Amino acid sequence: MSTYAQKKGFGATIWDYLTTVDHKKIAILYLIAGGFFFVVGGLEAVFIRIQLAVPNNDFVSAGLFNEIITMHGTTMIFLAAMPLVFAFMNAVMPLQIGARDVAFPFVNALGFWLFFFGGVFLNLSWFFDGAPDAGWTSYASLAMASKGHGVDFYVLGLQISGIGTLIGGINFLVTIINMRAPGMTYMRMPLFTWSTFVTSALILFAFPPLTVGLVLMMFDRMFGSNFFVTTMGGNTVIWEHLFWIFGHPEVYILVLPAFGIFSEIFAMFSRKRLFGYSSMVFATVLIGFLGFMVWAHHMFTTGLGPVANAIFAVATMAIGVPTGIKIFNWLLTMWGGSVKFTTPMLYALAFIPSFIAGGVTGVMLASAAADYQYHDTYFVVAHFHYVIVGGVVFAILAGTHLYWPKMFGTMLNDTLGKITFWLFFIGFHMTFFIQHFLGLWGMPRRVFTYLPGQGFETSNLISSLGAVFMSLAVLVLLYNVIMTSVKNVRVGNDPWGDGRTLEWALPSPPPFYNFKQLPLVRGLDAYWLEKMEGKKGMTPAEPLGDIHMPNSSFLPFVIAFGLFVAAFGALFNMDDKAWSVPVLIIGLLITFGAMFLRSVKDDHGFHIHKEDLMEDDNDKGAKA
Amino acid sequence: MQAEDKLTYETWPAEPEKSTLEAKNKFLGFWFFLGGETVLFASLFATYLALKDKVPDTTHTLAKDLYDLPLTFVATMLLLTSSLTSVYAMYHMKNFNAKKMNLWLILTLLLGLGFLGLEIYEFTHYVHEYHHTFTSSAFGSAFYTLVGFHGGHVAFGLLWITTLIVRNAKRGLDLYNAPKFYVASLYWHFIDVVWVFIFTVVYLMGMVG
Amino acid sequence: MANSQLNSGNPRVDIEYRRKKSAEEMRHQVVSFALMIFLTLIAFAVVAAKGFSAWFIVPFILLLAIVQVIFQLYYFMHMSHKGHEAPSLFLYSGLLVGLVTVLAFSTIIWW
Repeated sequence: MSTYAQKKGFGATIWDYLTTVDHKKIAILYLIAGGFFFVVGGLEAVFIRIQLAVPNNDFVSAGLFNEIITMHGTTMIFLAAMPLVFAFMNAVMPLQIGARDVAFPFVNALGFWLFFFGGVFLNLSWFFDGAPDAGWTSYASLAMASKGHGVDFYVLGLQISGIGTLIGGINFLVTIINMRAPGMTYMRMPLFTWSTFVTSALILFAFPPLTVGLVLMMFDRMFGSNFFVTTMGGNTVIWEHLFWIFGHPEVYILVLPAFGIFSEIFAMFSRKRLFGYSSMVFATVLIGFLGFMVWAHHMFTTGLGPVANAIFAVATMAIGVPTGIKIFNWLLTMWGGSVKFTTPMLYALAFIPSFIAGGVTGVMLASAAADYQYHDTYFVVAHFHYVIVGGVVFAILAGTHLYWPKMFGTMLNDTLGKITFWLFFIGFHMTFFIQHFLGLWGMPRRVFTYLPGQGFETSNLISSLGAVFMSLAVLVLLYNVIMTSVKNVRVGNDPWGDGRTLEWALPSPPPFYNFKQLPLVRGLDAYWLEKMEGKKGMTPAEPLGDIHMPNSSFLPFVIAFGLFVAAFGALFNMDDKAWSVPVLIIGLLITFGAMFLRSVKDDHGFHIHKEDLMEDDNDKGAKA
Repeated sequence: MQAEDKLTYETWPAEPEKSTLEAKNKFLGFWFFLGGETVLFASLFATYLALKDKVPDTTHTLAKDLYDLPLTFVATMLLLTSSLTSVYAMYHMKNFNAKKMNLWLILTLLLGLGFLGLEIYEFTHYVHEYHHTFTSSAFGSAFYTLVGFHGGHVAFGLLWITTLIVRNAKRGLDLYNAPKFYVASLYWHFIDVVWVFIFTVVYLMGMVG
Repeated sequence: MANSQLNSGNPRVDIEYRRKKSAEEMRHQVVSFALMIFLTLIAFAVVAAKGFSAWFIVPFILLLAIVQVIFQLYYFMHMSHKGHEAPSLFLYSGLLVGLVTVLAFSTIIWW
């Protein structure tokens, strides 16, 4: 045992996680918090399907239904999908490029805590006269009229978690540019790292418009400004634009990492180099670029005029091209490979037809004239669930199975994994395939019930039954996680046996400094390359020496907590509560005080000495 | 090179803002942050342009009768000059002359403070003379939000640079704090870049009508 | 521009060279500052003159603003130096996204 890694009690472990700046532990925090919100959002989805299972149902009231659909969308996008994607980015990307940590470990922790407190704040709305009920898009014309504090929780909660995401994105960008191991050129980076890079760039440019939109709405609702008040000269279309200038890139922020995870899986379990690597990189960058030029296709029926609609329709269809390139590359990666049907690979295989279905309906929706028919029907609901569940959620589930050993040092049970997969796969198609037809038959989205005799009964019931399958799948996964953790069978560096990239050259989980000696990267799929030449590990690029590591800090937690407190003050200030202004001020003082402390107190980090590193080696030798 | 190293005039590197890994990260990360800020301000500019002169009725003052050219000109000169003084500060930072750097930074602060004072005077003037307030019209909301966001950035910059000067007053320059001064000056220049567009798009184009 | 490699065994020589270099650069900075002030003066003068049509003034002062910002970015913020490839890429990407936003808000917002 080295002096730096000692056994600790439960309280010490909690404190360790509250103060950690280690990207691997932050990844676990993201996974737990994101997983929790995924379950919350999933429960909301189940409530929606129970309500819609039969006509004229009164399981929930119309108002509560609005709150549930709003919170389902908001939670799934901002508090489940994004943090889960961030979990894998944090866990894997620094390892893939051969770095000892991210560029800004402190900022990384701060990003997590901001997301966490923002998410908690948003969900606390359930306990204070009602959750937001204006839809996850929160269109101003609706949101401004919303009674109660729901929309205020939305506006403040998303601002807090949005800052966290933004600084997380900057952190990843700098990490990838500055901290790659010797020999890790841009065109040798694994595809997941590339997609992290492009995604982070999208975050950097997409979140500011959202922040501005949220600030404007906050000003309107809390401080009496008139951005969206038409009688005072305001204009609610501004919100729609700002929201979708963010919202459309957001779709790619979610789906590009999914593409990255699948690219890794296809190469690993076809045991073949990824087909068309450079075209994959090109397609990723192109999708990122085009993602900013198409937002108005969400607003075809707003009345932008034929010229604008035509431009945005064509730009939207253009995105099909790079996406198609990717699909064919994945298919060709498998062609001639020796395919191994592991759980992650099953998800990857299921992803291709599912995602194509979502892509094809996407092109249908992109033709502006036809969109007038589809708009605001269940066809749209079916489309985006095919893209987001068939793309992103499949990737998250696949990534959970794939990277579990690297994050926790144990393997999830493969049989249970396959049961999860089949339940989820069947349930997903059962729920959403029929919704295409419901939409075409005229069922509008976001309505809390429907009448009998309109031909919607059977289809809605089928759809609701599908949700049962998906819920069972999640339960099996949770059981699998618990059983695996209880059994605690430790695995080695490369438990799948087919690892290609650097993370599989490290122990599972890796030591907190990741690489004792930075590895020398000699090509794409660096670890595979060494294995094929009969070597057991990477060739080091530097002699063994002292390693510089960052100090743990409790300040990120405090900074985020201060904003959480301040948000309550701002929110209840609307009710003229006497305590609201002091609470607002105290919260801001906590945040800025902690920031001030951070900037005046020098933090040089510490060094792990060479001798301790060598001791680590001897320990392992003794155990083996 | 390590951040803790004690350096002298002779050993001070040519690019102290990029001599350690931490410094390189800070440098790049801050530039990316500025890239994000560009989009933030662009969104605010876009909102302002969409809501310019959008008022509920004809009793409200419009842009061309509101803005005051001489006041804007003086404010512009103050901020532009503060940009030059901060360049001087960085020049002395690179020459390992902490004393002169601080002197120029203090000058920058004073100019920034002058700018902020003028802006506050301007706002109160609009509110009292023209009843052009944050809540009186969509135009007012958009104007105060855009210009106020910029003013808020100036205020934050003043606090930031003050903290840096006070914190490092006794210990002089090293490779730990040099990058901090450098990114603070980048921030200050960026504020100036935004102001160039504000005085052009908001004030000058507002005067033209 | 700034050379991080020591070309001479004698550090003194290198320092003298660097000091001279940066003093020279500082002179360029002052010149670009003078130009910026000059451009600002023209912009304000054109508007104050009241004789020109808006169709001339608006594009003209926008052009002056862009030139001035280029001075800020490339001289004051040192973007002309080596090692600014990634910053420029991201700054220009941000600018592009911002421009598209401004364009949309001045064309396809109802009024």
